Amino acid sequence: MDTEQLEFIARQLLKGIGVTLQITLLAALLALALAFIVALLRLSPFRPLSVGARVYIEFFRGTSALVQLFYLFFILPLLGITLSPMTTAVIGLGLNFSSFGAEIVRSALVNVGQGQRDALRALDFPAAAGLRRIILPQALPFMLPPLGSLLVELLKSTSLVSMITLSDLTFSGSTLITSLGHQTLIWSFVLVCYFFLSWPLVWLVRRYERRHTRHRGSRGAR
Amino acid sequence: MTFDLAFAWSILPDLLAGLGVTLEVVVAGFCGAVAIGGAMALLRQCSVGALRVLSKAYIAFFRQTPLLVQLYFLFFALPLSGLTLPAIATGVLGLGLYYGAYIAEAFRGAINDVPAGQWEAARALDFGPLALWRRIILPQAMKPMVPVLGNYLIGMFKETPLLAVITIPELFQAAKQIAGVTYRYNEPYTLMALLFLAISLPTSFIFNYLEKKNRHG
Repeated sequence: MDTEQLEFIARQLLKGIGVTLQITLLAALLALALAFIVALLRLSPFRPLSVGARVYIEFFRGTSALVQLFYLFFILPLLGITLSPMTTAVIGLGLNFSSFGAEIVRSALVNVGQGQRDALRALDFPAAAGLRRIILPQALPFMLPPLGSLLVELLKSTSLVSMITLSDLTFSGSTLITSLGHQTLIWSFVLVCYFFLSWPLVWLVRRYERRHTRHRGSRGAR
Repeated sequence: MTFDLAFAWSILPDLLAGLGVTLEVVVAGFCGAVAIGGAMALLRQCSVGALRVLSKAYIAFFRQTPLLVQLYFLFFALPLSGLTLPAIATGVLGLGLYYGAYIAEAFRGAINDVPAGQWEAARALDFGPLALWRRIILPQAMKPMVPVLGNYLIGMFKETPLLAVITIPELFQAAKQIAGVTYRYNEPYTLMALLFLAISLPTSFIFNYLEKKNRHG
């Protein structure tokens, strides 16, 4: 393999990395926004809302992300709604990951002691202000590490969008193989790229966890 | 777009056959993942530094790269080095290696959560390493592992559509083939989603029940 070919591979993979990061960022924003909404609905005392949120969570968690992407990509156009592959990817992954995110957010909110909620009610604190100023700041340390791990999962799951012809990192890899061959080398490059893309996130999550979790009295196994 | 019930009924046997293959691969892959996860978790506790590093590197690599690309690598790149596996074996191996890394971390967490006093007491009573693990540590570490393993089992089941890329005739592949031949996407994909839910929801309930039962006694 000459330098020109290596340069071509690097250029294509960089393009793929750009698309991968773009999908990750947009889908993460959508997933996070939906996760908060669904988690709050799930905690709502109004039963139809809480049941609706539960059905949403179970549906999107219970079926495969790839199947959901295919459904959006192939079935929606039959209903007259045609989305670009990028929009399909962002919506598909956003919906799928919002169901996992909603459960993380919900359990973090529930983790804030009942006493805090009772105190807010006793002080006649408005619900939105109480959530924003009292509950959320306490719940954040519980939800940030799992949300960080979820972001790593989302980054990896973007590889699925290659199946709806979006030119992400995985798709760039398979296109390069079609034109150049070198299966082992190019798939290895792609794997290494994903590894190093997720590395900073994994590192940040670990660092945060180390800072914020209290050390429990275990035997200190390595 | 209509949902043709008669057509849906007619394609159900093909989808169920695909589901059968999916379940076979999941069961085999899960057994492999538990074995690999257990072995890697034990290596993480090992006193030999090189083995600990090896286990750490394994876990980091498989957790930080996508399963889809790993499957591509196993299926397309491995044969070039002289190791050709049938598609189903590749799928089982891929799922086992990928989920093995996650299960190893879960095992490690569960082992670390066994209180220090239990280790010290077992050592004070002169338990050998084998008896220590078999009779003291593992029984306590396994309890919190039940829901975690359940989640990974369901997670693995939902990842199986990826196996279609390496030509395994599982559920997704069956639905794709039907859609490709008949040009009807609605019925096969809807039925496939329902079949996924039909398996993953009861499994999730069973593991929730086991978790609650464990917690209460």
